[in-house]
Amino acid sequence: MAARLARPALAMAALLCIAAAPTEALRDPAQEAHAHVLFRQVRCLVCQNESIDDSEAPLAADLRALVRQQVAAGRADADIRAFLVKRYGEFVLLKPAFSAANALLWLTPFVIILGGGAAIGLRRRDERGRAAERPLDAVEEARLAVLAPTRVEPG
Amino acid sequence: MTAELGAFALVLALAMSLAQVGLSAAGRVRHDATLRGAGEGAALAAFVAMAMAFAALMTAFVTSDFSVANVQVNSNIEQPLFYRITATWGSHEGSMLLWNLALTGMGAAIALFGRNLPTGVKAVALTSQGALGLLFIGYTAFASNPFLRFAQAPLQGQSLNPILQDPFMAIHPPFLYSGYVGFSVVFSLAVAALVEGRVDAAWARWVRPWALAAWSLLTIGITLGSFWAYYELGWGGWWFWDPVENSSFMPWLVGTALIHSAIVTEKRGALTGWTVFLALSAFTFSMLGAFLVRSGILTSVHAFAVDPKRGVLLLTILGLASGTGFSLFAWRAPGLAPGGLFAAVSREGALVLNNLFLAAATVTVALGTLYPLIRQALTGEAISVGAPYFALTFGPLMGACLMILPIGPLLAWKRGELTPALRRLWLAGIAAVAAGALGWVILSPRKGFAALGLALGAWLIAGALSEIVQRVRIGEAGAAEIGRRLRRLPLAAWGMTLAHLGLGVFVLGASSELAWRVEAARTLNLGQSVSSGGYSLTLQQVAPVQGPNFTAQRATIEVAPPHGPAFTVTPERRFYPDRRQTTSKVAISRRGVSDLYVVLGDEQDEAGRPAWLVRAFYNPWARLIFFGPVLMALGGAASLADRRLRLAAGRRAAPAAQVAAA
Repeated sequence: MAARLARPALAMAALLCIAAAPTEALRDPAQEAHAHVLFRQVRCLVCQNESIDDSEAPLAADLRALVRQQVAAGRADADIRAFLVKRYGEFVLLKPAFSAANALLWLTPFVIILGGGAAIGLRRRDERGRAAERPLDAVEEARLAVLAPTRVEPG
Repeated sequence: MTAELGAFALVLALAMSLAQVGLSAAGRVRHDATLRGAGEGAALAAFVAMAMAFAALMTAFVTSDFSVANVQVNSNIEQPLFYRITATWGSHEGSMLLWNLALTGMGAAIALFGRNLPTGVKAVALTSQGALGLLFIGYTAFASNPFLRFAQAPLQGQSLNPILQDPFMAIHPPFLYSGYVGFSVVFSLAVAALVEGRVDAAWARWVRPWALAAWSLLTIGITLGSFWAYYELGWGGWWFWDPVENSSFMPWLVGTALIHSAIVTEKRGALTGWTVFLALSAFTFSMLGAFLVRSGILTSVHAFAVDPKRGVLLLTILGLASGTGFSLFAWRAPGLAPGGLFAAVSREGALVLNNLFLAAATVTVALGTLYPLIRQALTGEAISVGAPYFALTFGPLMGACLMILPIGPLLAWKRGELTPALRRLWLAGIAAVAAGALGWVILSPRKGFAALGLALGAWLIAGALSEIVQRVRIGEAGAAEIGRRLRRLPLAAWGMTLAHLGLGVFVLGASSELAWRVEAARTLNLGQSVSSGGYSLTLQQVAPVQGPNFTAQRATIEVAPPHGPAFTVTPERRFYPDRRQTTSKVAISRRGVSDLYVVLGDEQDEAGRPAWLVRAFYNPWARLIFFGPVLMALGGAASLADRRLRLAAGRRAAPAAQVAAA
């Protein structure tokens, strides 16, 4: 049942996301390029999973206009993002904020590399230690005696 | 009748899976060849029954039997025959049926082609495979049955989701599912190895062909899906770091790690525990993908068969199967024999590093995909994790991994030397620096990225080529000698070269497309133009077109390229009345390996005159993005075809089998 309800909803979303005209670009190409960098970090809230740079939904167009306005007014990126978050919640940012609540998200990949590297290093030392320490058993001693009859005992 | 036959066959497959579990397990416990043989027979029977069930559903679709609810919802009389057939796996229920077909098929394959396996390992693997079948077929029969009927049959059906009515989307699921489910054999072999208490070089030899086959199929499946997204969605992009895409990417990453670590286990008997862990993880991520895609707990552009209630059941299945596998691992793995030692700088060392990066990359993708759920549960706030996150985390991890890639194959086993290996890569180094300089010089808003990407691509391609060149000693030996060496080079070596080459080709394409894509969008009246990447596009005509189950507006746009004669492209805007859904038919004209990509928007009224939004993308080297992975899959296939892998496994298995039986 839920599947049937989900389908029209999806179809609606698909319709919403392909229905609008491009909005006016900023006159200064540097500012326009900068606005596009921000567009890619802002989510089109009514779409399934698109940035406002990709989406053609009317809401995405409104958000683009909003961002352009703020870029033209010379506001800092952090302020623009803060403004959007205040208005729409953190959901609007495709690039999650570097915050304490997102520490797990941002740090884990690098913790794994460092931790994994350290774990591999320790384990290797461990294994080498064990391999070096273990004395030969009787069978091995006998084989060695055949292979190297004149072996000089180390140490 | 057909639907009842199908439902019967489905339940029969369930019963056969149960028999497979019971007989194989009893055969193992009692060391009874008859019971084991019966277990193998049950595995074959389960596959035949599933094939019957699948054929029954397909027949219902082909004959438009709208008394079957699944057919009525996903097909109609006007739907072309090809899409009536592919609609069989276009819904939740049907796709699970395809999944089960692949799952029982793999069980039958173990029974048929597992002659080299020691009897104990084979029996336990078939038990495990049967148990997986039991879970998934049981789920399909009781919670997701595609054969349910309406009391009164409607005269007409609804329709397959129009965006799925596409040749690439039609063949994408069979490849993808064979890949996903191919890892179930690897999973079962890992379970068998843990139960039997032996993970060694011979075991790795049995695992590798299955892992390679699953990996190659998954590579093709993901590439088809990506290509479909590229030209069907009409957004110009090919990868959106969408939960559904990530779901297929995670098992691929684990599978990639597995085929590399299995080499170490096979050649040197080392990394045994880790290889088993990866073997269990690969199918776990496959099941996680199946759950994420169908449960609807994540917002996705691709979700097509969403049902939250069933999601819980799928999660339970995932927990049961993986939980059993990993518990077994926790219990038995500490007793596994440690493998041979190796120096940090060695082929093994390089492969360990490769695995570390791939594991970290997998966790990153998993975390990025699931973090919105975690955060919602922890703080109650909804957040998004999109492409920028993956670019900053997955990007550097993979970049580092690819940087060391060409060095690995040049190091000796056990103890290698870095300086001679690097010296042998001098040509590749020069190629990388030259490509990087080129990337830096060409104007782009993402200069640093472009330079790094091109350098990395060139480094991989030239590195793969230098490896093969040095293997056959071109430049040192005579022509006859080189020819002889080339012929005697094992297919597995060609496979590796091809796969690494393909990766380089992909990196070149992806970097170039991301760095230099040009996008232009304008609302055009008839006769007006827009230009993109040096191409000038003039809207000449927009005319209505009648398709088999859609109506469309087709634009005729004349394109004047920077060089050469003008040509026309005809993008369409299609409307499917059955679902009241509009889709885009993108016009893509290939220019060498680059694409001119034109999308037609809705008709608008501009000061009393009709106008259309036309979006034109120039995607430089975009075709390499899809061509690279095809080379990679071919590399996997070449390795798979290596006679050593098939024959020697049998020869080695024979004494091992005696040891196991003793």
